[in-house]
Amino acid sequence: MTSVLQHPGYDEEKLRRVTEQTPCREAQTGLLLSLMGQPQQYSYPSIFVYGHRASGKSHVMQVLLKELELPHATISCVECVSNALLFEKMLLSLFGCEAASLLPRTPSLSDFVRVYRHQCVDSPATQTRYIVMEKAELLRDADVNLLPALLRLQELVDDNLTVILLSEITWDKFRPNTGCYEPLVLHFPDYSKGDLQQILSRDSHPSYSADFYSSYINILLGVFYSVCRDLRELHHLAALNFSKFCEPLAEGKVKESDTHKLWRNIEPHLKKAMQTVYLREVSSLQWEQMQQMEEKEAGALKGLSAHTHVELPYYSKFLLIAAYLASYNPARTDKRFFLKHHGKIKKTNFLKKNEKTSNHLLGPKPFPLDRLLAVFYSVVDSRVAPSASIFSQISSLVTLQLLTQVSHDDQLDAPKYKCAVSLDFISAISRTVNFDIVKYLYDFLDPDTAASQEEWVNRGYVSRVRDHPSR
Amino acid sequence: MSTSSVSKGCFVFKPTAKKKRSLTLEDYFTDGCEDAENSDVRFQLCQHLWDRIKTDTEILQDELNRNVLDSLLDLTRKCSSTRQHGDWASKMRASEIPTAALVLGVNVPDHDMTFQSLSELLQQSVTPYVASVQAKECGTLKHLMKRVLERLTGAVVVVDDEEEEEEAEQLHKSAHCSLGTLCDWYDAKTKKSSTGTPGKKRTSPAKDEQQQPPVVIIFKDLEAFNPRVLQNFILICSLYVQRLPLMFIFGIATSPSTVQHMLPHSVSSLLCIQLFQSLSCTQHLATVIDKLILTHNFPFKLSGRVMQVLISIFLYHDFSVRNFIKGIQLALLEHFHSQPLSVLCCKKKEARLNLMQLSHANVERVRKLPSFKRYVEKQEQQEQVNLLQDDGHLKEVCQKLMKDLHKYHKNYYPVLRCLHTLTSTLPRYPLGKQIRELHLICLEKNVWENEDYQSAMKLLKMLAKDELIALLQRCAENLQTVKSKKMNAAFVQLEELLAKFKQLDTAAAAVETVPTVVESITSPVKNLQKKTDLFQLQKTLLEMNESLRSKKRSPFEVLRNEALEFIDGLVRSHLSPPESQTLNEVCYFSSSATVRRHLNATPRTSIQSALSSPYYYIQNDNLKTEDGSVSNAAPDICIAYKLHLECGRLINLYDWLEAYATVVSAAEGKDQESDEFGKVDEVKHARFIRAVSELEFLGFIKSTKQKTDHVARLTWGGC
Repeated sequence: MTSVLQHPGYDEEKLRRVTEQTPCREAQTGLLLSLMGQPQQYSYPSIFVYGHRASGKSHVMQVLLKELELPHATISCVECVSNALLFEKMLLSLFGCEAASLLPRTPSLSDFVRVYRHQCVDSPATQTRYIVMEKAELLRDADVNLLPALLRLQELVDDNLTVILLSEITWDKFRPNTGCYEPLVLHFPDYSKGDLQQILSRDSHPSYSADFYSSYINILLGVFYSVCRDLRELHHLAALNFSKFCEPLAEGKVKESDTHKLWRNIEPHLKKAMQTVYLREVSSLQWEQMQQMEEKEAGALKGLSAHTHVELPYYSKFLLIAAYLASYNPARTDKRFFLKHHGKIKKTNFLKKNEKTSNHLLGPKPFPLDRLLAVFYSVVDSRVAPSASIFSQISSLVTLQLLTQVSHDDQLDAPKYKCAVSLDFISAISRTVNFDIVKYLYDFLDPDTAASQEEWVNRGYVSRVRDHPSR
Repeated sequence: MSTSSVSKGCFVFKPTAKKKRSLTLEDYFTDGCEDAENSDVRFQLCQHLWDRIKTDTEILQDELNRNVLDSLLDLTRKCSSTRQHGDWASKMRASEIPTAALVLGVNVPDHDMTFQSLSELLQQSVTPYVASVQAKECGTLKHLMKRVLERLTGAVVVVDDEEEEEEAEQLHKSAHCSLGTLCDWYDAKTKKSSTGTPGKKRTSPAKDEQQQPPVVIIFKDLEAFNPRVLQNFILICSLYVQRLPLMFIFGIATSPSTVQHMLPHSVSSLLCIQLFQSLSCTQHLATVIDKLILTHNFPFKLSGRVMQVLISIFLYHDFSVRNFIKGIQLALLEHFHSQPLSVLCCKKKEARLNLMQLSHANVERVRKLPSFKRYVEKQEQQEQVNLLQDDGHLKEVCQKLMKDLHKYHKNYYPVLRCLHTLTSTLPRYPLGKQIRELHLICLEKNVWENEDYQSAMKLLKMLAKDELIALLQRCAENLQTVKSKKMNAAFVQLEELLAKFKQLDTAAAAVETVPTVVESITSPVKNLQKKTDLFQLQKTLLEMNESLRSKKRSPFEVLRNEALEFIDGLVRSHLSPPESQTLNEVCYFSSSATVRRHLNATPRTSIQSALSSPYYYIQNDNLKTEDGSVSNAAPDICIAYKLHLECGRLINLYDWLEAYATVVSAAEGKDQESDEFGKVDEVKHARFIRAVSELEFLGFIKSTKQKTDHVARLTWGGC
């Protein structure tokens, strides 16, 4: 259907195989090939390829380099926690073990260049060597000189070498302040719906016809294309749901050609998948088990986010409540909530201009330890000795990520915290200890409470608000 | 060794090679122990008991976790077996890393044991390649990688012969830890073991079945990990998942949704997460209490107060079963350490032997026990004299008393369980939902005098037949297992009652007693129509009520009352509190203050009490004061502290200094009238400054920028 790639200097058979393995990426493959030129020719020093996740960047590079049998090193930047690892991998795949062992323990960039040049003398390049850096965006966090050096590595090592950077973000976000050698920028656009259809239909199930599988993919794309264009995800979903699609076929109810009936059978199922397995609420293994179960039982299986209930010791609950109050109430209002004879102070008296927006929309604010304890002691109903375990509970709440420490770890004097739980979570917790938290929250204070609460529920910021006693 | 030298210099002292006698546990125990003569016996007993408690709890924990661990093992087996199937579906989604999310609850200290047994089980039955990592040792990706590699390769080195050791050295020499190296190592390993000589193999049975055992990495505390590190690690692992059969286990303390909070979709889509929920810690505690405390097998007992302290630490502070057991250990040690008569706290036979060997001093101690004194007072004159003077006679009597105590325990627990089965399902739980609550009530005082007990009994008298029979049957089961004469008798009686209940069914409602009853009811009503006097009316109604109650009783109701009276009788004769038992001090540890002081330390309170009443710490009589005020001879910091309590939020330093100088002058005995009195001299100034800086160090005050010459108070209240 598409023309086979052609380029002088490469075997036609190999090129044909490349074309076969990179569907819908002919233009990009062709462009890359012409940039690379013939094997023995020098190529551009550095090429920057970007495009969204699963748009075929790594795949095309791999196929090209493997099929055309070019010397190359493919390195994922996530994996290289240190420069040493990076250099070692490069040398290892270009020159073999001995070269890699020549590097000192903590090699600098110049060590790498020296070893490379040394190796070049023994084995000069007959064809262009390629270094492919995957997830190149992580190079920005590495040493300052690494990225600029890689971009002009050809010049530094004086060898027929091209560095190809693959990334999901554009080159503009890479450019260092000090300036650098500009690579050739190449964009991989997203696959279109037709492309996805074509690619996904390629791995058809061996025991069914290709047309049948292709019609399945068509239905799948109909449901999922609006929410997900990630090829990998779609591939995964296709694999998971195919057995359900085939079910009526296996039972002998429907023929392969009866697409409409098959569609009616699978559509609700796919919709459900969109809410659960696509969001990874339910793992693929559980999804498969669910498919085998009866419809009724399947409802019992809950997703990950359904389990939000956390059991806490009694005082930890109150500490968390105190932290929530300290985080979401302005410190000035503590008097109003926790002093017995505070007099009648209305919310409007407090109201400052910038506080008209609710604290819940602004997120939690940091508070010092003193304030947390002061609120805690006025909230908890019994007399609590300030024992060591109360303090250790605060730090265990931090490790459980229910509180976050704002100040630095080293600061022993007056540490500051933030509360990291949601209103839903805290109201569930306070219900277990019979504490009406809404009564103590500044945002829900009397005058225009009713109105604002309604508004929030409508906006979806708050899903469940407990009954306010004064209403 | 001289350090005198003309020039300045550093001198190195090597520690003198004096041999330090290392102290054994026993030496520590004997040191400062009350009555040293039989301390070794007590130490042995204590050690023995603790060993039993330890092994018992470990077994218990294993049993409790069995279900979760078994299903986890199944998962690992499955994921290694599906990998080898080459079918279409598994080929399509082979890139997911199987992951188990193990929700363990917030009692983090307890998790260690669970993970320990989990990794042991995994190593025994599924795969030798298990590495568990903790967040605190993996701050960065590099460290995490290093730990994983070390644990995986290092662990094998220990198990295997020397060949691998060399390999491991090479690995460490190359210094770069990457999963690539791990893959190579794994390939070498599996290839070797599949072709190697079977004689040298390690003893994993699963080895032969599967060529590729999975590599399991356990993240003990997921919440504490740095999310970035974890994300990157998972990304790297997903690159190698084709070559290396990896599997993760996440230990989660809060809720599974933390996984979603920590990992973005792009990362969590690489995992295939399966959820496992372990037993809740409260259930765990309930079983531990059931097995360790509510049994007569352990001679050592906790008093109600101590139990209360331990349980409230658990419920209010940490939810940790391990800490609870540590608390029991503390009580155990403290008991054997401080109570010389604890030699008798052991099995019946040993106790008899130890009793016979009791020294005169200890016999005197027995005489001083309050429970024994009470016992003596109840005896006749002659017997009293004998008990107080004749050691031999006392030992004989004690033997009998010890026997009684054993019997008391033997009967106490089954009856407690019976009562709990009956009351635990009642509405509003008058005697508590958990058996430990009922136990606490019983330990405190006579349970049958409790109001809640009476209301529970009333409620029981309203139970329907089926429910009552079911409950009684469960009671009978409880009694059946006990080997004790009284309990056997009670069991027989209960069985008889149950049989009667069943007879009721068969006899059915054949006997028609109803008409007569109705007649007797209706007759006063007829009488009633004649009279209209209000008093008479009330009287007849009361009578009617009475007659209704007595006459309308069906045979079932009669039987029900009989059964409940029987239970009540059991409770009254066996559930009396231990304080009423003679010699209970031997077995019961009652110093709740000690336990609280050790387990629930209050640093702040102790600092405050030290400052406000220095007498208790310094033990100097001069400092003793009457009304809670501080003597002016007290240490400077105490005086400064006392004075600062009288101030508001901001303290003027100069006023404070003057007040201090006045107090100190009074202490020096200067004449109040003289000019010198209350003058601030240099020494006083310096002493004051030191006291203030000490207070600042302790966190009572801090410097402030609001006003010059002022400091801010950090504590509130006071005065």
